[in-house]
Amino acid sequence: MMVNMSLATCLGNSSRALKVSDFPPAMVLSHRLLVVYPWTQRFFDNFGNLSSTSAIMGNPKVKAHGKKVLTSFGDAIKNMDNLKGAFAKLSELHCDKLHVDPENFRLLGNVLVIILASHFGKEFTPDMQAMWQKLVAGVATALAHKYH
Amino acid sequence: MVLSAADKSNVKAFWDKIGSHAGDYGAEALERTFCCFPTTKTYFHHFDLSHGSAQVKAHGQKVADALTQAVAHINDLPNALSALSDLHAYKLRVDPVNFKLLSHCLLVTLACHHPAEFTPAVHASLDKFFSAVSTVLTSKYR
Repeated sequence: MMVNMSLATCLGNSSRALKVSDFPPAMVLSHRLLVVYPWTQRFFDNFGNLSSTSAIMGNPKVKAHGKKVLTSFGDAIKNMDNLKGAFAKLSELHCDKLHVDPENFRLLGNVLVIILASHFGKEFTPDMQAMWQKLVAGVATALAHKYH
Repeated sequence: MVLSAADKSNVKAFWDKIGSHAGDYGAEALERTFCCFPTTKTYFHHFDLSHGSAQVKAHGQKVADALTQAVAHINDLPNALSALSDLHAYKLRVDPVNFKLLSHCLLVTLACHHPAEFTPAVHASLDKFFSAVSTVLTSKYR
């Protein structure tokens, strides 16, 4: 998908403001995904205790996964003109090794948008949301691109 | 997906908290939906969709009022929403995919305005509730 310069600038600004990969609320990205959509836990059998909301929220492997995903989004923002290229290897990994249904990328993207909303409040205007929706959709598509 | 007792209690408590803001949030959720998912505008080509539009405001209030009714009758959504279900099936015929888009934007709006109360458990309950409402509204489509 084509992402124009103003989207790149705006996302760059908001993600710098967020310091996305160190962003404490974003640390809960994977936690919130696993709590709100419990069937996503199927991919995390080796993560240990996911038996309750508090177990999930306290699980260090879940937090580490969230940080990995956020770092990837940071990379996405730097490579917005070529998301498919940037995510080619990760796409192959998610298909061939991790066997993740791409629908899960859409779920994760929407959870990220909601976390941004609760952090930014009224600053998370409809226009800001629209830009982030485009990015998460682009990342989801790029991650699904190498599926076969 | 079934609403547990905890889900119902979470939804009622949260909806009580938002009180008279529900109409504003309904309008904001619609604005977000039109802005983020432009295909949804096809159902409102007869509306002024500019920011602050009175028509969007009024429609947001309608959506909010319907949700308030749904919360009040959370144990019997099919009956409570029967007329709206008929309307959507036979007159409006909004494609089912769009209910997910509006539901997402409702969650975003609520998260913006009530971040402290919007815990993962409440988020899950509200998501399930909107999903249940959407299911009822599309239940007579075919």
